[in-house]
Amino acid sequence: MVAAALTDNAVEIAPGVHWVGALDPHLRSFDIILKTANGTSYNSYVVRGENGVAIIDTVKENFADDFFRRLETVARYDEITTIVLNHLEPDHSGALPELLKRAPQAKVYLSSRAQMMLKALLKPTGEKPPEYIPVTTDDEVDLGGRTLRFLHTPYLHWPDTQCTYLVEDGLLFTGDIFGCHFCDNRLFNDTVGDFRFSFEYYYAHIMRPFREYVLDAIALIEPLAINLIAPAHGPILRHAPRDYVHRYRELATPRLFNEARSEKTLVVFYISAYGNTRRMAESLAAGAESIGGVRVSLYDLEGGESGIFTDLIEEADGLAFGSPTINADAVKPIWDVLSSLTTVNVKGKLGAAFGSYGWSGEAVRLIEDRLRGLKLRVPVEGLRIKLVPDAGELEACRDLGEQLARHLTGRVEHREIEFSQLQATPA
Amino acid sequence: MPKAKVTFQDIGVSVTVPAGTRLIEVSEKVGAGITYGCREGECCTCLTKIVSGSEFLAPPSILEDQVLKDNMAPRNHRLACQAQIIGGEIVVKPA
Repeated sequence: MVAAALTDNAVEIAPGVHWVGALDPHLRSFDIILKTANGTSYNSYVVRGENGVAIIDTVKENFADDFFRRLETVARYDEITTIVLNHLEPDHSGALPELLKRAPQAKVYLSSRAQMMLKALLKPTGEKPPEYIPVTTDDEVDLGGRTLRFLHTPYLHWPDTQCTYLVEDGLLFTGDIFGCHFCDNRLFNDTVGDFRFSFEYYYAHIMRPFREYVLDAIALIEPLAINLIAPAHGPILRHAPRDYVHRYRELATPRLFNEARSEKTLVVFYISAYGNTRRMAESLAAGAESIGGVRVSLYDLEGGESGIFTDLIEEADGLAFGSPTINADAVKPIWDVLSSLTTVNVKGKLGAAFGSYGWSGEAVRLIEDRLRGLKLRVPVEGLRIKLVPDAGELEACRDLGEQLARHLTGRVEHREIEFSQLQATPA
Repeated sequence: MPKAKVTFQDIGVSVTVPAGTRLIEVSEKVGAGITYGCREGECCTCLTKIVSGSEFLAPPSILEDQVLKDNMAPRNHRLACQAQIIGGEIVVKPA
C-alpha cells in the first residue's frame, strides 16, 4: 500500500453512494492459494435513497471496526432498511452478525443459494436469522428515487454469488467478479498503482474454473449502462469500466484456437522409464484416432512442466494418463499435473489411466481414484501391463483407445451388466 | 431379493441391482458421468435427471427435498447420493 492511511471517513464514489470498506495491506496469501503481494481490500458500500439506506456487503470479521466507523459517518443504523449480500464468503460477511444486531429492522436480500449459507454463518451467534428475501435477475428493491436491481450470476466463484445494479446511477456492485487483491488507499482505478497483474492473476486463480458462468454473467452485464463497477476487492473501476467487462470476456473465451472444434479431443499424457508406458500410450492414441471424430494429442510429461499443460487440459474433452509404478505409486510428474487443476474446470470430462509396472502396479488405480476425485468420469477400466507389452497387450491398449473414443463421441454399444460384476472393479 | 434395473443413459449401460441400492453405489463403479461432492445430500453436485421411472425411487427425505428446492432443481431431478432404487426400471443421466 502506498500513501498515508485513509481517514475513518466513508469515501464518496457517486452522489449518495459511499465506500465503507477496509484495507488489509499486510495480507500475503489469500484462501491459501493466492499470493497477495501488497495485501487486499474488503469493499463495502452504502447507498442512500429517499426512503432508506442500503448496505452492499460487509467486510472480514477482524476489520469490522473500520467498517462500522466509516459507516457511522454517513448513516445511522436505524436508517438501514436493506442489506444486500452479493457473496457470503467470510471476507465479505464477517461483519454481518454485528450489523444485524445494530440494524435489526433491515431486510436482507440474497440469492436463493445463499440462504443455507446465511443460516450456517449465523449459527454460532445463536441469533434467529433476520428477515431475508431470495432474489434473482430483475428483482428490484426501491430505496426511494433509487432502485437496486439484482442479477443472478452464480458460481463467481461460489454458488451464492450475485451482482446488484443501481439503476438510476449506472453503478454495478459485483462481489468478487472484476475484483482483485490489491490494496491501495487511493481506491479508484485511475489513481491507484498499476494493478493490471493483480486483476488478471485474480481472474486466473478465482474465476477461471467457472468461465462458462463468467460468460453467462457477462451476457447479463454487457447490455447495462455502466458508469462505475464497484467490486468487493481491489480498486473501484470508475474509469472505462466497460474495458474490464470486455477483458473478462476475453479471459473467459477459450485461449487457444481449436481447429478440431467440430471433433472431440483426447489428450494422452504419459511418462515412461523404459519405453513401455510410452508404447502403451502410442497404441492407445492410435486406437482412439482410428475411430474417427476424435482429435488425439500425445504428450510426454518429461518434456514439459505441469503448468503449461493446464490450457490443454481445460480445452480437452478426454484425458488419459499413463504412468509406471515406482514404490507403489504413480510418479511425481503425474501428480504435479493432477494437483494443478484447481484453476480449471475438469468436471465431467472423460478420464482414463494406464501404465506398465514391474512389481505391484498401483499407479493406474491411484490415478483413476484421483480422476474420480476431480469429478471426471472414468467409464473404462484402466490398463495395467507387467513390464514389456507384447503384441496382444498393445492391441488391448489400442482397444482402450477405441473405447475412450466411442465414449467421447457417444457411440458406445449398450451393455447390460449385473451389479455383482461391479463389486470388485469398474465395468 | 427383489431386483431393479437402472440405465445410465450417458454411457449406455444398464445394471441389474438389488432393491435398496442407492444410485451413488452404482454410478461411480460403472463410470457414469454423475459427479459427486459432499456425498451427504447437501452440495447438490450429484443432481441427476430421472429420464424415466422416478416412481421406482424412494421419495426424497426432508433434507433432500430442501436441497432440491434451494437449488431450484427442475422436476424429475434427484440427488444421486440420496436416491434409493426400490424396483422397476429407471433411466438416469447427469443433470
